[in-house]
Amino acid sequence: MYLFAAEGPGVRLDLDVFDYLILAIYFATVLGVGFAARRAISTSADFFLSGRSMPAWVTGLAFVSANLGALEIIGMAANGAQYGLMTLHYYWIGAVPAMVFLGIVMMPFYYGSKVRSVPEFLRLRFNRPTHLLNATIFAIAQVLIAGVNLYALALILDALLGWPLWASIVVGAAIVLTYITIGGLSSAIYNEVLQFFVIIAGLLPITIVGLVKVGGIDGLFDAVRDSRLGDAALHTWQGTAGSDNPLGANWIGIVFGLGFVLSFGYWTTNFAEVQRALSAKDMSAARRTPIIGAFPKLIIPIITVIPGLIAIVTVKGLGAKTGDLTYNNSIPLLMRDLLPNGVLGVAVTGLVASFMAGMAANVSGFNTVFTYDLWQSYVRKDRPDDYYLRVGRIATIAGIVISIGTAFIAAGYDNIMNYIQALFSLINAPLFATFIVGMFWKRMSAWAGFWSLLLGTLSSLTLYLLYLADVAKFNSDLEESFWGAGLAFGTAVVVAVVVTLFTRPKPESDLRGLVYGLAGGATSGEAVLAADRVWWRNPALLGAIAVVLAFLLYIPVW
Amino acid sequence: MAEELHRPDDEFVEQGEDLEKRSAAARLFDVRRVIGGLFVVYGVIVTLLGLFDSGTDLEKAQGVRINLWMGLSMLVLGGLFLLWQWWRPTRVPSAEELRSAGDRPAEH
Repeated sequence: MYLFAAEGPGVRLDLDVFDYLILAIYFATVLGVGFAARRAISTSADFFLSGRSMPAWVTGLAFVSANLGALEIIGMAANGAQYGLMTLHYYWIGAVPAMVFLGIVMMPFYYGSKVRSVPEFLRLRFNRPTHLLNATIFAIAQVLIAGVNLYALALILDALLGWPLWASIVVGAAIVLTYITIGGLSSAIYNEVLQFFVIIAGLLPITIVGLVKVGGIDGLFDAVRDSRLGDAALHTWQGTAGSDNPLGANWIGIVFGLGFVLSFGYWTTNFAEVQRALSAKDMSAARRTPIIGAFPKLIIPIITVIPGLIAIVTVKGLGAKTGDLTYNNSIPLLMRDLLPNGVLGVAVTGLVASFMAGMAANVSGFNTVFTYDLWQSYVRKDRPDDYYLRVGRIATIAGIVISIGTAFIAAGYDNIMNYIQALFSLINAPLFATFIVGMFWKRMSAWAGFWSLLLGTLSSLTLYLLYLADVAKFNSDLEESFWGAGLAFGTAVVVAVVVTLFTRPKPESDLRGLVYGLAGGATSGEAVLAADRVWWRNPALLGAIAVVLAFLLYIPVW
Repeated sequence: MAEELHRPDDEFVEQGEDLEKRSAAARLFDVRRVIGGLFVVYGVIVTLLGLFDSGTDLEKAQGVRINLWMGLSMLVLGGLFLLWQWWRPTRVPSAEELRSAGDRPAEH
């Protein structure tokens, strides 16, 4: 993997005893949260869903935090340095509308049907084969991604602090293992909220000191204009009529590929995200979860994209293919150049925290789906609840041990990150298609769900393999993922319609609360627009504000 | 809720609803205390470091007293969380209350 594959002391940071103290305090706190959360677990629902007791601000911050892994932070800073402000599309059009849609439109189905996982919704709406297919793909994907997270954590600790790879992998895995096995989802969610603030506190100094160095935001933009990136890097939509822009994508690709298929697929069907909302204490809190998450998402570019731009104008030679000066090192290089000991320790802690929380999100999604959707549904059905609690804990340990294995496999590949991310973003696209058709078309049959999911996934996988084999040609990985997602989505919709025409629909009585228009209460159009008792807790209003803000933020960087 | 929906109850989903009655989630501590505590500690450490920043540290940070400012900001953030918790302590509702709260939006 080229990420941080720096040999020698290139991005090595000079941490002192206080920096290590800050890091150590964080580790102790994280473990303490795990132990303290233990007393709040008496049933499997406490372990896997926090007993559905969390307030909205906690689940909302955990929701955005579960996505704020260090790979995301480092990757988006790298994109900022490479493509300029077009990276903002990943935040504004590529996340906020989907998060709002999840909260306003889809959450009533998820939360209202009382399902315990996303695959379980598929079981109720369609049938067991659809459920088994999705649960299996999800479980495997989560373990693999957790392994990649772990490996990336080890790489960055090696590059920044000189820790040996195996030691970081074992220590990182042991800490996550301890706090999830003991404290379950509550402990994962609490640590995600904590991580959110630590990341912001850790990275904000880079932006502040960096901006002072380049003479404020005007100075930064002037310097970018004179840099290799040029004026095009300061616009988000200008030049998207064709593909003559830094991202090489036109507006149709951005709006439909990124903004619709990829983004809606990721945010609305990824259980590692949705699980946070399912743990909320009531319907209103569940619906506000992704919407509350959308507000920080709007401004996270301040600590990712802006540092990327600062790096491209202050670090000479950034953008090398190999060595210390790769785009992926933007944030580590700025940490080295700008942060004195003290805030440096907080920044390192923030990065470490985000790796661990990213991995914890995968692991807590995995253990839930493994226990409820695979073990309880297909292997051992009628056991008392403590049995499943125990299975969940064992699944956590097994999942983490396997992910250590996959971390060492990942070590054998170059650039596996891009592949895995592309692969799994493609898995989400057909899932979203199956979901959206199934939620809004009551006629869609059970087997249509299965075949649309299977063939949609296979179609994008085929295109991806053809791309890897160089048979299908695209300008970039990104372009391939746009087209792959589009193909998967289209295939899944067409298959859903065709198979439905030849199979029997499910009786309407089985679909109550699962399909739009067939609900007692939670999912009627009226309920979808319904307010909480006070206006500032109204999901539709909050969601509208988030979308309008995203639109307004685009104006100065048109 | 299940009565309203008239969907045949799914055994697993129904089981999940039973579990909520036995939930111990109400015993979960408040995360505001953890955030507040951690940030107060970080704030104190980093502020103290900021007070004794050397010339090289300041030069590295472009003359910004970044340790001092971040230290104080973290102290304020931590303090606000503790204050918030003191001001509005959580009384975590029982599972019974949770369920009725969960049904509330459906009634409107």
